[in-house]
Order: sequence, then C-alpha cells, then structure tokens
Amino acid sequence: MILFIAIPIGSAFVQSLFIQHDQVLVLSKNCGPFGCRETTSVDIEATKELRQDSPLGKFNGIGTYLNRSHLAFAEVGNAWAVSRTFSGFLKEVLDLPFYGALMFTLTYTAVVTPLVLLLGLAIAIGVNGLPNIIKGPSIFVSLLPFLVTPLVGSLILFWMVDGDGIIGATIQLIFNDPDLSLKASTGLTWTMLIVYGIWHTLPFSFIVFYAGLQTVPVDTLEAAEIDGATKWQCTVYVVVPHLVPLITFVTLMLLMDNFRVFEPIVSFSAEAHARSLSWIIFNDLRESGNPLYGSAGATSILTIIGVIFLLTPVLIRNWRDFKLRRL
Amino acid sequence: MFLKKLILTSAVATLICSAAFAKDCGPSGQSIRILASDFPAIHAVAGTAEENCAASASEFTRNHTTEARQIMNAALTPNPAEYTSVIVANSTLTQLMNDGLVRPLNDLVEKYGADLPKNLMITIDDNIMAVAFMANSQHLFSRKDILEKAGINSIPGTYSEMLAAAQAIRKAGIMEYPIVMNMKTGWNVGESFNLVFLAHGGEFFKPGTAEPTVNSAAGIAALNTLKALVEYAHPDHLTQASNETQAIWEAGEAALGIMWGSRGSVILDDEGSSEQVTSNTVLSSAPSVKPGGIPGATLWWDGFTISKNVSDAEAEATFAALASSLNSDMVAANNDDAIWLLEGFKPGAAAEGVSATAKGGAVPYPMLPQIGLLHNALGSELSEFLKGNESAEKALADVEAAYVTAAKEKGFLQ
Repeated sequence: MILFIAIPIGSAFVQSLFIQHDQVLVLSKNCGPFGCRETTSVDIEATKELRQDSPLGKFNGIGTYLNRSHLAFAEVGNAWAVSRTFSGFLKEVLDLPFYGALMFTLTYTAVVTPLVLLLGLAIAIGVNGLPNIIKGPSIFVSLLPFLVTPLVGSLILFWMVDGDGIIGATIQLIFNDPDLSLKASTGLTWTMLIVYGIWHTLPFSFIVFYAGLQTVPVDTLEAAEIDGATKWQCTVYVVVPHLVPLITFVTLMLLMDNFRVFEPIVSFSAEAHARSLSWIIFNDLRESGNPLYGSAGATSILTIIGVIFLLTPVLIRNWRDFKLRRL
Repeated sequence: MFLKKLILTSAVATLICSAAFAKDCGPSGQSIRILASDFPAIHAVAGTAEENCAASASEFTRNHTTEARQIMNAALTPNPAEYTSVIVANSTLTQLMNDGLVRPLNDLVEKYGADLPKNLMITIDDNIMAVAFMANSQHLFSRKDILEKAGINSIPGTYSEMLAAAQAIRKAGIMEYPIVMNMKTGWNVGESFNLVFLAHGGEFFKPGTAEPTVNSAAGIAALNTLKALVEYAHPDHLTQASNETQAIWEAGEAALGIMWGSRGSVILDDEGSSEQVTSNTVLSSAPSVKPGGIPGATLWWDGFTISKNVSDAEAEATFAALASSLNSDMVAANNDDAIWLLEGFKPGAAAEGVSATAKGGAVPYPMLPQIGLLHNALGSELSEFLKGNESAEKALADVEAAYVTAAKEKGFLQ
C-alpha cells in the first residue's frame, strides 16, 4: 500500500507544489543554413547553482492549483463579473481547459456507467437463459470487445467511421448526406466516444454479473415461481437484490475507469472536440517538449479528488449495508 | 567447406579493403551511440557513418525512433549520457540547449569538418552547436490538370489566389473540398498557424523577452486567412496530419495542398498513387500574403549534435564518424531521400517547393527556448475558433493566457 499507492501519490503532490526556477535569458546571435538572426537562449551557468541548491524548483504552494490551467478561480470570477447571462458565464468557464475537460469527463462517466450496468445485466441474464450448447460460444463472443487493446480497438473504429470507411459511408448513405462526418461535430464526436466506451467496457460488467447469476439460490426462485411470480418479477425481486453487492462493486470499478477516459480521445484524434482530465495530464507531460511536471501533478491530484467525490456515495451506501448486515 | 572458406576469405578481404579506404574516424576503440528520428534521410546519414567507422569503434549503435524528441533530454542528462549524439532539428536543438546537454563543436569541426560548408554550422554567438545536413519546410502542392479544368492557368502564389482557385474548383463542380492542410489539433494546427502568421509578418515575442505578441493584428489576420482556407478543406481537417493529407492527395481527392517538402518525393514516386496524380502534381513556394511577399512557411534543418556528458574521446569519435558521412558519395546514393544541404545534391522535382520557399525569403522556425510552450498553447487553444465557436481575438487571448501560465511554471516569465 505504502510503496505502490502512497509514495507515488505523495510524490505527485509534492511535485505539484513547485515550479521551475527563473530562467536567465541572454540575447545571442544565431546563424545557420538560412542566415543569421538575433535570438535568445538560456544562460545555463546562471541557473545551474539555483538548481543544485533546490533541485525540486521554486516553491509555489497551491499556486499551480489556482492558475488558469486548473481551478482558475480568478478567471471564473472574472467570467462571472463580465457575463450578463448564465449561459454566457457557462460558455466562458467551459472554455477554460480544466472545466472543459471536467465537463466531458463527467458526461462520459454519467452516461457510460449506468448504460454499461443495465446492458451488462441484461446480456448476462440473456446468456444465462440460453441452451447449454451455445452458452460457451456466446460468452466468448460477448467478451471479445474487452480483449482488444483500447488503443487498437478505437483506432480501428476511427478508420471505420471515416467518410471512406464502412460505418461512415453507410451512415452517409442512410442519411443521404455525403458530407456527414462523425469527426467534424462536437456532438457526434462525444456520441462516438461514449458508444465506444460502452462497447468496450460492457463485457466486464457482463462477465461479473454472469458469474453472480450462477450463485442465485434455486430454492428462492422456485418458491417465487410457485407463488405465481412472472419471469420479470423474479428478475426484479429475486435476482437483482441478490446481485446488489456485485452491482456496487461493478459501479465502483466503472466510475474509476470511466473517470480516467483517455485512449479513445487519442486514437479518435478527438482532441478538438473532447478532452478529458487524463488527456490534459498527457498533454502537459508530452506535447511541449519540456514537460510541465508541476501542472501534470496538480491535475493528477485534482483527478484523484474527483474520483473520491464520485465514489463517496457508493462507499457510504456500501458501509451502511455492511453495518446493517452485522446487526 | 568451400563456401565457408570463400565467405571467410571475402570477409577478410572486405576488412582489408575497408581498412585501406578507411575514413578518418578519430580515436579508435570508442563507443558511438546515436539517437535519431526515423525517416530515410536520417537512416542514410547514420547508416553511412556506421559503414565508415563501425570497424574502428568498440561499439556502434543507432536508435531510430519517432519518439526521439520525447526521450532525448532524459537520455542525455546522466553522466555518462545514454547517447553520444542526437540528430536534431531547429526545435529539438533548443530543447537540448535549454538543459545544457550538448557541447560546442568548434574544435571538432576544425579537426574533422574542414571540408564542410560553413553555412551548415548552427552557431549561437560563436559556438557551433550542431551541423546541419538537410532542409525541410511546408509549401504548396498543386494539381495543374484540375486547376486548368477550373480555368486557372497559373500556379497560385498568394493566399488570395489560392482561395480564388479553390473557389473556382468548387464552382466548376470538380471537388467540394479542394484544399488539404495539416490541421490536426495539437502540434500540427499550431504549426499551420505559424506559417500564415509569419507570412503576415508576425512576431511571436517582444524582442529579447518571453512575452507573447501573437494577439496582434498579424495574428488576427493570420487566423482569418486560415479560417478562409479550411472552408475549402474537408470537415474532418482537425483530425488530419501528414499521413492523412498525403493519402488524400495520392487518392486524387485534393487539388491544392500545404504539406511538408519531405513528402514530395513520396508523393511523386510511382507508389500509392495514379499516373494522373503524380504527373500533374506541381511543387511550388509556400503562398505569401502579397505577390513577392514572405512565403508562409517555417524553414527547418536537420543536423547532428554531440552530447555534453560523454568523454572527449567518445565525442571526438562520434563527430568524426558522422562528419565522414556528409559527403557527395552519400548524397549521390540517397539523392531523392531529402533536400540535402550538402555538395553533390541534384535537386529534382521533389525539391522544387522547398528551394523556392527558401529563396522567397521564408524565415526559419524560431530557435527560442520558450517557443515549444507557445506552440503547444496554439495547438490546444485554436480549435474553438476553427470550429466557429469563438472570435479570433478571444482565441488568441486564450493562447496567450495558456502560454503565460505554462511559461510562469517553467520560469520564463515571473
């Protein structure tokens, strides 16, 4: 626990409190194959000592958390002051990188999680009712989306939804609109990412529920049938209550997983329309050439806090159930 | 048995021969380790260095990876460094210099690079930091058959001519989306902005400081030009980078493109496209704002550096090996792989665009320590404008705000 969880989180937190030392810039003349021009460069000698004295950088407290890339209190306050309507305020706030990403991440989590739970349960019950001979193959087929690496699966889907791809071309044919593109509109890109997310995580909830269904007591089911319960009533009043601990478990896992949505955004090249918190961390660490460790650390900590917020209701419920059972 | 003997004899013979014609490889028995990007021209240079000098080195390794930029700072920081040389470009040299990871090459150039043209030396003040060997830039690709069909008889030279041509093609019902550009959100869209911004005479920073000046008249004009151009590009343009634009071009689905010069020979060769496309593709200078103005392009060079944190002998052997490959023989053997800046290069049709762009007075990609942060801010903040959700002023204000936040964290601004 300490080695694999506490230390990494602690180190990300400590890193997020620091920023780099002031760089000493010097004017210099730069020549090359395309001529000479004035430029600036970093005076390495001047910053070397500073770096050796405090290798972590300059202490910045929670400054990084409050800057424009994160909670941006100053910008949000300013937006509140200048916008006349609430929707104008919302537009300003969602234009900020952190809140824009939070919006997509929450929408994704809120749509994918319940749908995966419901559909997973439905498929599990459906497969459970199949004759034994086709049960094995159907379980295998239902698991397939889970076996494909997310990065690869979404890349393949990305090519298929292209205007020249099989899905994209079919959709254009159905709607009789040769310019219809799933990649060009924000709404359709979100839908595509959400559908992909459901497709990809469905097997997980399916297999857990299917395993749970094998433990439903036959006696209770038979008793219910004798009492004249319909199949639907049996499912709602006997099977589902029996599976509640599993449903809690799957919900926890899905919430954590969906809140970290990342791979499909990269594979679908969806950065223009949808960014998630994990994507912001990736962008800070990778894109600028010189990684922004403090900024990435701060987003990581905020993501962890977000996950805790989401999980708290589920955990509280679980704890209550646990105490009730002990009574 | 006979075969074995034959192989052995020929191996010995090769060894003797290569020893006889050996290049000056500097101190022998050293370890040479090169980190480089992964495309044919770089393979040609590093491969020739290996052929020339692997025999006299105790170890010669080459790591060609498209991820070179991501790993190089970490790989060169320890002492001794993981690699003795990194093959870089304008922007990546800055990234290494920001952390002081490469050494001045003046004495090595004197000793092993006396024949190399002086203008290939990348200098900061009087220190040579890298030796360039090839050039690249984005420029205009046109399909002259389609232009003619639409009634345009000359290759567009300015943005407004390009827009007029695109409009004519659309009006004639030949193509709905005649323009392709590398507009993928992130680095590519940032670079596309840079091109048009420089053509409008824009300055990225207040001279001598790290304060951004992209939210200017030039910036707004550049964004509006960019927006006008992408009206004629496929709606998916925010997902398209070089591989996609090249594929669209080779499929004959575009008539005007702003793409990399290094894709020129790949597009013009007989693979992946039809005769009609290749024989009618014309490479020309990047468009300018006014006739004869600054072409909308950034010039790039690729060259090699030597790590700071390696022994002097290793540095010398690495430099000697790489310098030995920069000659007319290597160029002759790989003429079409790049736009070489070396002697003996015979510019073909594929080199026309880059050389016209350079001749037209395009400026090099700026070698400023903080440019990566601004480029990243451009890459992530411009998409809202291009989607039509916000004004040019707001988009550029967002870019500057995002840049300032990052620059404060990196210590460039206080």
